[in-house]
Amino acid sequence: MNYHFNFAPILEQWPLLLSGIGLGLLLALVSIAIGSVLGLVVAFASRAPSRWLRSLAFTWISILRNLPILVIVLFLFFGMPQLGLSLDKITSFVVALSLYASAYMAEVFRGGLLSVPQGLVEAGQAIGLTSLRIKRYIVLPIMFRNALPAFGNNFISLFKDTSLAATIAVPELTFYARKINSETFRVIEVWLVASLLYIVCCYAITLVLRAMEKRLVLEKA
Amino acid sequence: MTPIVEVRDLHKRFGELEVLKGIDFTVAEGEVVSIIGASGSGKTTLLRCLNLLEEFHRGDVLIGGEAIGYHLRRGQRVRIGEREVARQRAMTGMVFQAFNLFPHMSALDNVTLGLTKVRGMPRPQAVELADHWLDRVGMLKRRDHRPSQLSGGQQQRVAIARAIAMSPKVMLFDEATSALDPERVGEVLETIRSLAQEGMTMVLVTHEMRFARDVSDKVVFMEDGRIAEQGPPQRLFLNPESPRLQAFLKTSSF
Repeated sequence: MNYHFNFAPILEQWPLLLSGIGLGLLLALVSIAIGSVLGLVVAFASRAPSRWLRSLAFTWISILRNLPILVIVLFLFFGMPQLGLSLDKITSFVVALSLYASAYMAEVFRGGLLSVPQGLVEAGQAIGLTSLRIKRYIVLPIMFRNALPAFGNNFISLFKDTSLAATIAVPELTFYARKINSETFRVIEVWLVASLLYIVCCYAITLVLRAMEKRLVLEKA
Repeated sequence: MTPIVEVRDLHKRFGELEVLKGIDFTVAEGEVVSIIGASGSGKTTLLRCLNLLEEFHRGDVLIGGEAIGYHLRRGQRVRIGEREVARQRAMTGMVFQAFNLFPHMSALDNVTLGLTKVRGMPRPQAVELADHWLDRVGMLKRRDHRPSQLSGGQQQRVAIARAIAMSPKVMLFDEATSALDPERVGEVLETIRSLAQEGMTMVLVTHEMRFARDVSDKVVFMEDGRIAEQGPPQRLFLNPESPRLQAFLKTSSF
């Protein structure tokens, strides 16, 4: 092998790379936030007394979980304007990622709800709490703690999925890496740096989440 | 005087299965009543009807003279609303077999939750009252511990404090020592005994026959969804009348 590595032309572009990774993180954060709120609603709907609500929730989950994320992204960005709904590329991508996240978070929260023992709900009833307060002070806090590890895994997946935003020219890391690639032709170097940035970021997120889990996840009594 | 608990012709079904087939009994103020009987005789279901954790299909349960769970509207029996159910549940205190402490809260917060959110007590006052009851059950030193950091006996004592701090008219114990390691049973029974001696009205579902005999004013023996025999413990344990109770006592360990 006689390849001479030259990272200089890539590293010169560090402001672009950093802003790319920043945007990727932001997209993932906003999407998981919206996806979690939607997912929570869907999770409660999936356990509602009304059969109509339950089947709505299961339809929602099974449609979104069985669509590739790239298809949702392209459908929203290129398809929706045909139906008269044009969104700018960043909004469109956030909507796509949030919808996608909502199905996965709904499953996470559904599992979390099932993990709250009925005895704790009864203990809340026995001291005279109404069902809304039981949800607020007992079920939700325990559910969130139990769901934290799965939440972390989903967040990392979503962050990696933000690279798909490059396909609709959202200026995140993959978009800039491609741009620098075509300007400098340092193919290996560009994708090495981009890969390294993704790995470092994901690992950092893992560490933060692990620290949170250590504090919040409940040991078995 | 109005009894604290009055149960009249109580019937309860699970689907087709009738588990309570007409129960009548009363608990006077300051009285300690133990409910004994084989598994499946309906004793836990009866206890759970007293705080509406189970619905019932016929008959009345009165706590402090107030009929709970249902009222009559134009001759029809109608279940009362959720807020009313919650208010009526707070008239009784329940201690569960599996403790059921809230695992994400300290012992102290387990006790203050009901005081602040149900009784509407300001936090400092709730903490003061919770400390008083935690001290009373010997758990004040561990008020900041999570349930997972406590032994079963300690968790159950916190659960007793959580229930009694709400100043219920009657305390209900559902096999409160059945899930405990044998060496932890004594501390919980001691706690219950001392509350009984202070005049707390109590209904206990228990398999601890010796304890039921020593601490109760009245013992109720259930058999197949009915009360087969009830009366003072000396009479039931020394001179059981029904053959069923005689047989049951022979197989129970003291």
